[in-house]
Amino acid sequence: MTVQPAVTTPTVVGVRVPEGGMRQDLRAVKVVWQRELIRFKSDRARMLTSLLQPVLYLFVLGTGLSALAAGGAGGVNLRTFMFPGVLSMALLFTAAFSAGSIVWDREFGFLREMLVAPVRRGAIVIGKCLGGATVAAGQGVVFLTLAGLVHVPYTPVLMLTLVAELLLLAFTLTAFGLMAAARIRSMQSFMAVVQMFLLPMFFLSGALYPLSNLPTWLRVLTRIDPLTYAVDPMRRAVFAHLDIPPAAQRVLNPGVTWFGWRVPTMVELALVLVMGLVMLGIAMAEFSRTE
Amino acid sequence: MTTTGVDASGGAGTPAPPDGGEPVVSVRGLAKRYGDVTAVAGIDFDVMPGETFGFLGPNGAGKSTTINMLCTLVTPTGGSATVAGHDVVARRHQVRRNIGLVFQDTTLDSYLTAERNLQFHAELYGVPKSVVDDRIHQVLDMVGLWERRGSLVRTFSGGMQRRLEIARGLLHSPRVLFLDEPTVGLDPQTRSSIWDYINELKRREEITIFLTTHYMDEAEHCDRIAIIDNGRIVVLDSPDVLKASVGKDRVQLHTADDSAAIKALKERFGIAAAIHEGAVTFAVPGGEQFVPRLFAELGVPIQAVSVARPSLDDVFMSYTGTTIRDAEASSTDQMRAFVAAFRGRR
Repeated sequence: MTVQPAVTTPTVVGVRVPEGGMRQDLRAVKVVWQRELIRFKSDRARMLTSLLQPVLYLFVLGTGLSALAAGGAGGVNLRTFMFPGVLSMALLFTAAFSAGSIVWDREFGFLREMLVAPVRRGAIVIGKCLGGATVAAGQGVVFLTLAGLVHVPYTPVLMLTLVAELLLLAFTLTAFGLMAAARIRSMQSFMAVVQMFLLPMFFLSGALYPLSNLPTWLRVLTRIDPLTYAVDPMRRAVFAHLDIPPAAQRVLNPGVTWFGWRVPTMVELALVLVMGLVMLGIAMAEFSRTE
Repeated sequence: MTTTGVDASGGAGTPAPPDGGEPVVSVRGLAKRYGDVTAVAGIDFDVMPGETFGFLGPNGAGKSTTINMLCTLVTPTGGSATVAGHDVVARRHQVRRNIGLVFQDTTLDSYLTAERNLQFHAELYGVPKSVVDDRIHQVLDMVGLWERRGSLVRTFSGGMQRRLEIARGLLHSPRVLFLDEPTVGLDPQTRSSIWDYINELKRREEITIFLTTHYMDEAEHCDRIAIIDNGRIVVLDSPDVLKASVGKDRVQLHTADDSAAIKALKERFGIAAAIHEGAVTFAVPGGEQFVPRLFAELGVPIQAVSVARPSLDDVFMSYTGTTIRDAEASSTDQMRAFVAAFRGRR
C-alpha cells in the first residue's frame, strides 16, 4: 500500500471546536440517541428474538393455561387478561440489555471515544437512556399490533394510552439497566445481575395473575415490586375498553391497593417516572466520576 | 552492559526539540497509583509544538496510563500536566477540545459507514455545519479512504480501520493528536503504510503528535523519544543521540558450542555475552575491527558472525539492562498483579 497523492486538497480546512455548553450537550444526547436506534435497526436478529419470548408466554402458555381454567376467568379470555402483562415483558429485556451495551462500549467501543469528547458525561447517559427507551418502546409497539388476536380492540385512545405507558416503562427500565451498568465492568456479571432482578420483578408484578385474593406475603411483595405500578395502569386501560361484567372486573382488575386505598393511575405512573429519574440520576453521577 | 551518560545538549545532527515557544504538553512529576501498584512513578517532560514525541517501552511500563492521564480519562494521583496550556484535571473540558485520541483498540462503530462514523464525531465535537463536509472530505482523502466513505466499517481491514480512526482523531483539528500504539496488531507492511499516512498528515497539518509504541523501528519516526520502564522515564532524547550514546556495535555469533563461546568471551576478552534470538550476542566498541581477533583467539569454531550498528534495541538494552521482548515477558506477571489490584477496587 502506498500513499496516494491527494488529488484535491487545496487548503487545510481549520475547525474550531466551540466552547461547551447546553447546545453542545443536547447535540451529544441526540448523537447517542440516534446511534442507539441505528444500532438496533441493523440488528434484525435481536429484534426478532426479543419478541419471541412474549409471544411464547401469550400464545403458548396463555393457551395452555386457558385449557386448564376453561371458562374460569369470569368469562374473560385468559390471553386477553395476560396481554398487558406480557406487553410489559416485551420491553423488559430489550430495555435492560440495550442499557447493558454501555458496559461493552465502555471497554471496547464508541463510548470511550465519547468520553474524551468535550461534552458532559451526563449528556451521554441521557442519550443512552432515551435511545434504549425508544428502542424498547418500539419493540412494545410491534407487540401491540398483536392485540386483535387476543380480543383487545384497536381503539385509538387505548392504543395511544398504551404507547405512552410503554414509553414511560421503557424509560424507567433503561434507567435501571444503566444504573446497574455504571458499576459493573463485565458483560457476564451485568447479565447475571439483571436477570436476577428482572425475572422476580416480572413474576411479582401481577403480569400473569390478578392482584386480588393473594396471600399476605405475596400481596406485600407485589406492592414492593416497581413493575406492578407499570403493569396495573396498562391493565386498567385495556379493561376499560372491554365489555366485562362487574364481578369479573373486581376479581381480575382490582388495581393496586395500599391498606385498602386504591392507588390512582396517575399516582402509579408518577411513581414509575420518579423511580426512573432517580435511577437515571444515580447512573449519571456514577458515569461522571473518573478513575 | 554499562549505562552511558547522554549529552542532553544533543550531538551532531540532532533535531533538538523544535523551538516553538511554549511547550504544548508539559508534564511535572506526574504519577498514578492503583492501590499498592504504581503504574506511573513521577515523570517529567515537555513536548514542543510540531514535534512527534514517542513513548517507548514494553507493555505494562505505564505508557497507556500516561496517555489516559493526558487525555483526561484517568485522574493522576500525583504531579501535574498541561495540554495545550490547560491543566488536565482542573480544565478537563478545555483539554478535550484541543486533543484527538486514537485508542489502542478500535472504537469505531462497525455497523456504520466510514462517513457516518465521522459525522457522529463531528456532531459530538460541534464542528460547524459549514465546514463539516469539506473537513470530512479532507481527512478521508488524507488517509486514502475517500473512495470507501460509503462502505460499512466492518468490511474494512485492520489497517483501513486504523486509518479511519486517525482521520476521525484529526477531524476537529486538534492541537495534539495522541496515538496509543497506532500500529499494534497490524502486519509489517500495513504498519509502514500507516506511517506513510502519519508523515503525510504531519506535512499537511500543523499538529503535534504524541504516541506510544513498543516497536523499536517505529520510534525511529519520532523527533524525540522517551524510554519508559516500570513507570519511569529512563532516558529522553532524539533517536540519533540515543544510538550514538551506546557507542558499541552489536555482534551476534553462531558457534558449534554456544556455552563454551560465552565462557571464552568472558575469560579471554572480558566481555559479557548472552543468548538473544538464538545467537551469542554482545556489544563491543568497533565491532568490525574486533571480528578478526575473535576468529584468532576465541578457540571455539565460529559458523557465522554478524555485526550491526547500534539500534534502538541496543539503546533500550543499554538503559534498562534487558531487551524489550524480555521485559514484556517478565512484565506479564506485573500486569496480572496490576489487573488484580484494579479489579479489587470495585
